[in-house]
Amino acid sequence: MHSSVLLSVVIWLPIGTGVLLLALGEARPRAARWIALAGALATLAACVPLYTGFRDGTANYQFIERAAWIPALHAQYYLGVDGISLPLLLLTAFMTVPVVIAGWTVIERRVAQYFAAFLIMEGLMIGVFASLDALLFYFFWEAMLIPMFVIIGVWGGPRRVYATLKFFLYTFLGSVLMLVALIYLYEKTGSYAIAAMQQQPLALSVQRWIFLAFLVAFAVKVPMWPVHTWLPDAHVEAPTGGSVILAAIMLKMGGYGLLRFSLPITPDASRELDWLILALSLIAILYIALVALVQTDMKKLIAYSSIAHMGFVTLGAFLVFLILAATGTLDGAAAGMDGAQFQMISHGLISGALFLCIGVMYDRLHTRDIAAYGGVVNVMPAFAAFMVLFALANSGLPGTSGFVGEFLVILSSFRASFWYALLAATILVFGAGYNLWLVKRVIFGAVGNDKVAQMHELNGREFLVLGVLAVSVLLLGVWPAPLLNMMDASVQHLVHQVVASKIPAVALR
Amino acid sequence: MIVTAGSAVLPALPEMLLAGAACAILLFDVYADAARRALTPTLTMIALLAGVLVTSWFAMSGHRQVLFDGFYVADPLASFLKLIAFATMATVVFYSQDYLEQRGMRGGEYYVLCLTALLGVFVLISANNLLTVYLGIELLSLSLYAMVAFDRDSGIAAEAAIKYFVLGAIASGVLLYGMSMLYGLAGTLDLDALAQLVRHGADGGLIIGVAFVVVAIGFKFGAVPFHMWVPDVYQGAPTSVTLYIATVSTLGSFALSMRLLTHGLAGLPALWTQMLMAIAILSLLVGNLIAIAQTNLKRMLAYSAIANAGFVLLGFASGDTAGYRAALYYTIAYVLTTLGAIGMILMLARRGHEHDEIADFKGLAARDPLLALLMLALMFSTAGVPPFIGFWAKLWIIQALLGRAHVWVATFLVLASVVGAFYYLRVVWYMYFEPAGDRPAPEPRIRMRLILSLNAAGVLLLGLLPNALLNLCTRVIG
Repeated sequence: MHSSVLLSVVIWLPIGTGVLLLALGEARPRAARWIALAGALATLAACVPLYTGFRDGTANYQFIERAAWIPALHAQYYLGVDGISLPLLLLTAFMTVPVVIAGWTVIERRVAQYFAAFLIMEGLMIGVFASLDALLFYFFWEAMLIPMFVIIGVWGGPRRVYATLKFFLYTFLGSVLMLVALIYLYEKTGSYAIAAMQQQPLALSVQRWIFLAFLVAFAVKVPMWPVHTWLPDAHVEAPTGGSVILAAIMLKMGGYGLLRFSLPITPDASRELDWLILALSLIAILYIALVALVQTDMKKLIAYSSIAHMGFVTLGAFLVFLILAATGTLDGAAAGMDGAQFQMISHGLISGALFLCIGVMYDRLHTRDIAAYGGVVNVMPAFAAFMVLFALANSGLPGTSGFVGEFLVILSSFRASFWYALLAATILVFGAGYNLWLVKRVIFGAVGNDKVAQMHELNGREFLVLGVLAVSVLLLGVWPAPLLNMMDASVQHLVHQVVASKIPAVALR
Repeated sequence: MIVTAGSAVLPALPEMLLAGAACAILLFDVYADAARRALTPTLTMIALLAGVLVTSWFAMSGHRQVLFDGFYVADPLASFLKLIAFATMATVVFYSQDYLEQRGMRGGEYYVLCLTALLGVFVLISANNLLTVYLGIELLSLSLYAMVAFDRDSGIAAEAAIKYFVLGAIASGVLLYGMSMLYGLAGTLDLDALAQLVRHGADGGLIIGVAFVVVAIGFKFGAVPFHMWVPDVYQGAPTSVTLYIATVSTLGSFALSMRLLTHGLAGLPALWTQMLMAIAILSLLVGNLIAIAQTNLKRMLAYSAIANAGFVLLGFASGDTAGYRAALYYTIAYVLTTLGAIGMILMLARRGHEHDEIADFKGLAARDPLLALLMLALMFSTAGVPPFIGFWAKLWIIQALLGRAHVWVATFLVLASVVGAFYYLRVVWYMYFEPAGDRPAPEPRIRMRLILSLNAAGVLLLGLLPNALLNLCTRVIG
């Protein structure tokens, strides 16, 4: 537990770069691109010591920074990471680089503003994962909406205004209820430190309300059925980079919130209401997977598949109570949470890569309609290989990262109940269904039309981006141990936190 | 009260300076030739600067002094509010100059009226007697009526002024009647004495008296159901006057509630907090919902002002110092943000073009990225999104409400602010997502640009590091 400024650097370096880009103006787009890339790469480089310096095997927060921020509100500038937040933080820094590269030539209007928005958002997202003070967390969490609102609205598709307003208002609505809950907790504990909130005893009736307030905020972000409807709209209208960030990082914030806030702060309400989350997760897994099957727009299909995959995350996270009730031990519970957490990282990589693939095709044909394609493999063999790989990873093919998370969740759901496992496992069937059908219609077969025949193969930049992502997906698939080791101590700690009741002794009588 | 002659009047120096400056500028404007008359705004600025210096000097003492047989009070809150009022007024004058110039409204009376209205605000800020309160209100209101009608040839300005005057006169009458009932029951006009005497609120006359006072406060703030004047006045008045009413006059309304409710009627919080709660909730509801339907930015900001009045009144309605603090902070945050937002309309207005329709902002991001970015910050701040000051203002109000276990009111408040977010976002949408069409690029006007940038930077910086201002508010409210 040594102190350092690394976390501040990875938060403020991209934000500073973004402000620099805004100041630079639109006169020099070339310079803007290179500055943006330098900023993203420098942030990624600053993450290397975070990764190497992180000590596995302890649930304590590391790289702690603590300074007075708003003494009047007892809020601190309090940063730190553990095994749950660090992987997500690394994912954020990692995925921003391909986003910058993907927008290199595609974005022609307001180039500097485009890259500035993404870099500022990167810093804010990292801030969300690194905050150990609830007010600081909320500060980053809300501020993030501003650049995303602008990204979808300015560089998005034809219905971008509708989509971005819906996105903003949905998430804003969820967040403000969480704010009320956080301030209520502050009134109880006298501190905004998340750790203090996690230790605060709360009566069950109070926990229930707080749990529901949190749930609205996080369920909208995840998104869980039935508050998922903003996501397909936002994805379809957003520019490629926006879709990647949405799918890869923003959705994970909902899952992260459940793990960091809902479960440890309101464990008894979580235990009481776990059926709600499990039911919503299973609906997301089954029903949304069916919805994905019938989509004609590629981005929408991947968007719905994201909702289904995030259902796995919430399922894995909330299985712990059932496992405890069914087996009396906590042995399998950690596997579920490990799976949830692993699934978040893996889905971040895979869905990001799939949106990049769709972006590659969209740049050539300017349509996302599945019917407009066919036989792409004949003209773009290298691209087809990548696309097939990511689609298979998305359906959970062993050897890819997609398999590990789903396998862990299903494994632990067996400990809870055979039927849960059966229901959850059907996603593998449906998942394989919509992914393979997409590949069949778009990639394989005879060349669909003249326009497809004129598509040119990946250029070096695109190849590099997809290649790096493909390597990461395969690497995590065959060798998940480093990631699992990083998470393990924190997940174990969380499981024990979750099963310990917080109802004050007086209230039990 | 026995006091020495010098200290008996010196703390009132800011008011005396204002009164003197108003007279001097009026005379100067009458006797100076046309070329020299252009100096009137500069002289006004000099008077304001002198006022700032005098007030800061007295702010040093930091303890409460009661002067003029209890009619006047000088305390840290008064000094703080006066300094803010000076700074606000200076910014208003600065933003308004070009606008007035373009429209040929260069009469010195305008600045004199600005100064007398400010004097009215100051009298309110330092009032310690019901009569002083009334004096301040009338001084402020009468100056404002004239200012609204300042553009003589404008039909809607005249209509707005008449509406404002008639409704304002009724509100003044109501206030006076309420005060007379309080006087009849307590036998004193002195706010200190009133606070001691009026403690038990079972009396029917007292309830009516307090209700009348609350009605007058609701009218000044433009809270529902006393809000009818707000949209017409905001839209009809010249934009510079709208700016004045939205900012300087709001500080006056805050001072009015502070002195009357939290000081004079401090013994009866249960009575007026309930009334305020109802008014505030209605204001949030009506203001936010009707603002959605507006196409004129000034009118939209009027409904936004109604909704924001609801937030401030909720601070008062929590009935403890935490709530008053939050109300003060909210008022300052609102004034700072509104200065920028209406200042932006003044910046973009040209000769013959008011630039007050929301559609006028279409494509501003393409025509002028800097101004669009500033307006974006101001709009998100008003919507209550971090990292801007408006977020902390709302947060503190919620915290005050939860401190008094008003969980449902707090929940209603945040839901109302989600509705509110929509119409602020629409401005951003028009600026960023809509094509510019054939709308011209804004004029350079470097100095105005600079001050507007500083204004918006203040909104951001106080949002990133809110502690200093929060502490100040805590200090002066006690």
